[in-house]
Amino acid sequence: MTTSAPAQTSTAVDTAAATAAAGDPTTAVEIHNATKSFGDRQVLKGVDLTVKKGTVTVILGPSGSGKSTLLRAINHLEKLDEGYVVVGDELVGVRVVGDRFKELHEKQILRQRSKIGFVFQNFNLFPHLTILENIVEAPISLGIKPKAARELARTLLERVGLADKQSAYPRQLSGGQQQRVAIARALAFDPELILFDEPTSALDPELVGEVLGVIRTLTGGGTTLIVVTHEIGFARECADWIVFLDEGRIVEQGRPEDVLDRPRERRTQDFLSKVL
Amino acid sequence: MTTTTPPRTDQNNATADADGRPTVSANAVPEGVNLRALAERRVIPLRHPVRWVITALVLVVLLNFGQTLFTNPAWEWAKVGKWFFSPAILAGLQLTLLATGISAVVSFLGGIVVALGRLSGNPILSGASWLYIWVFRSVPLILVLIFLYNLGSLYPTIGIGIPFGPQFEVQTFTLLSDLTLGVIGLSLSEIAYSAEVVRSGLLAVDQGQHEAAKSLGIPRRRQFTRIVLPQALRSIVPAYVNQIVGLLKASSLLFYVSLLDLFGVVQNLGSTYPTDIIPLLVVATIWYLILTSAISIIQYYVERFYARGTTRTALPLTPFQRVRAAANSLRGDSL
Repeated sequence: MTTSAPAQTSTAVDTAAATAAAGDPTTAVEIHNATKSFGDRQVLKGVDLTVKKGTVTVILGPSGSGKSTLLRAINHLEKLDEGYVVVGDELVGVRVVGDRFKELHEKQILRQRSKIGFVFQNFNLFPHLTILENIVEAPISLGIKPKAARELARTLLERVGLADKQSAYPRQLSGGQQQRVAIARALAFDPELILFDEPTSALDPELVGEVLGVIRTLTGGGTTLIVVTHEIGFARECADWIVFLDEGRIVEQGRPEDVLDRPRERRTQDFLSKVL
Repeated sequence: MTTTTPPRTDQNNATADADGRPTVSANAVPEGVNLRALAERRVIPLRHPVRWVITALVLVVLLNFGQTLFTNPAWEWAKVGKWFFSPAILAGLQLTLLATGISAVVSFLGGIVVALGRLSGNPILSGASWLYIWVFRSVPLILVLIFLYNLGSLYPTIGIGIPFGPQFEVQTFTLLSDLTLGVIGLSLSEIAYSAEVVRSGLLAVDQGQHEAAKSLGIPRRRQFTRIVLPQALRSIVPAYVNQIVGLLKASSLLFYVSLLDLFGVVQNLGSTYPTDIIPLLVVATIWYLILTSAISIIQYYVERFYARGTTRTALPLTPFQRVRAAANSLRGDSL
């Protein structure tokens, strides 16, 4: 435990976090002692994780291991009971008050979230809005001029190869296309960090490739990606770092060639033998 | 299982499997028939003779009744025509429309507020909303109306102020006209119902939609107005229009607090002209039918608006669009 005694109420760069995160400018995300229970079931049991800037981290683990909860805690969709998350130089969702963390006002949390991309397993596109409206909704609501937002949206759609679909409704697209739109939507604020929660699990097998292809184009450009997935092939090819989670704890982490090919822990070996 | 001889009838070609259980094949391939030869002929669809019999019966009943409309002089159609556009009836119609219209709008907005109250995390707010719904769903509308009508004797003045502190008060009767009281009564009870309609609509919106809106950082109020409410309205609209139709008819209770709505006027005229009671009732019936039909037409278009994006293909044409398309294609043919 490296937590230093925090100073009194502070705002932008919180001291406790700053000592840890700002100490290393190459860190994109720092998670410390992430603990979370649903009722009497503890799903995260004190997870520590550091993610380097511009890297691709893949989180693996059996279902119910807490990997989605951990990912959702990074943009505060899930509130931690204990522990903290620092993204860039900001504490996420909380600030330091005296000797405790205190939850931020929703407005501030929403502002933080807008800078972190999040891609859901079920796409969660807004079905009553066209593809273009889906992408411009958040930028316009946060003060970007509609004309500029539409221009940006068209650029993003081009990036994911769906420029011709802007006036379609989500249900008129295939699952793979919908997920590509969801990725374009998550890119609207040019986030430095994008979180993917099983982005290909709801797709027909033949559509997985196009989505992974789009995710691949986001790697190597300085954007940090954290991906919860069961696609071991993708992990081997694109990941810089693999984290294996089981029963709310990190069992093993390392480079893909180590964790995937020479897992040290028994539970990692068991899991890989089942999914490979 | 003890083996019993399976029932064997030629018709259903019953056989038995290895365990002796009967496997009834009701439609085995008939022997000696060349299926290939039949394969290119059109399949005869199943006929429904019972449907034809029932249709005939219904038609006979309807035609009989229809005949009485013309042959029974007691309908007095001439008088129906005389009363239909009479100033008294039109004044009543106007009041019905006014009371229903205002109450419908007030109850919808009030319903959203009370529904949000019930869904609120604040226990006082959700408790108060629950209490409100409980009271006004339990008490008959007529009772609410008569209560309000006698409000002057219950609270001679109405005011608001800090409890046990300074108060601001006005006379109940100078503040509230009869129509205002009527609309308040209708709305009070209607809000309770529409709150439940709105609440069920809001709950029907997928949790993922809330999460996506949150994760994009969309401000809270806009999450509701742009993302959640439009999707909820898809299921709210049909149920709420049902409520409005109920409200339209419930507005006839205003008669009991001496407001002359459509029904009230008919009731009054009926006692003045007792021989015209049947034609007067017919007039009211036709007007209510017209109003409900108008509401249904509006409903169709509103539902259609909120259905955008729900289908994989474009929405089917409206009847009006279909007529126009048919007219256009006819014109195209003749050219």
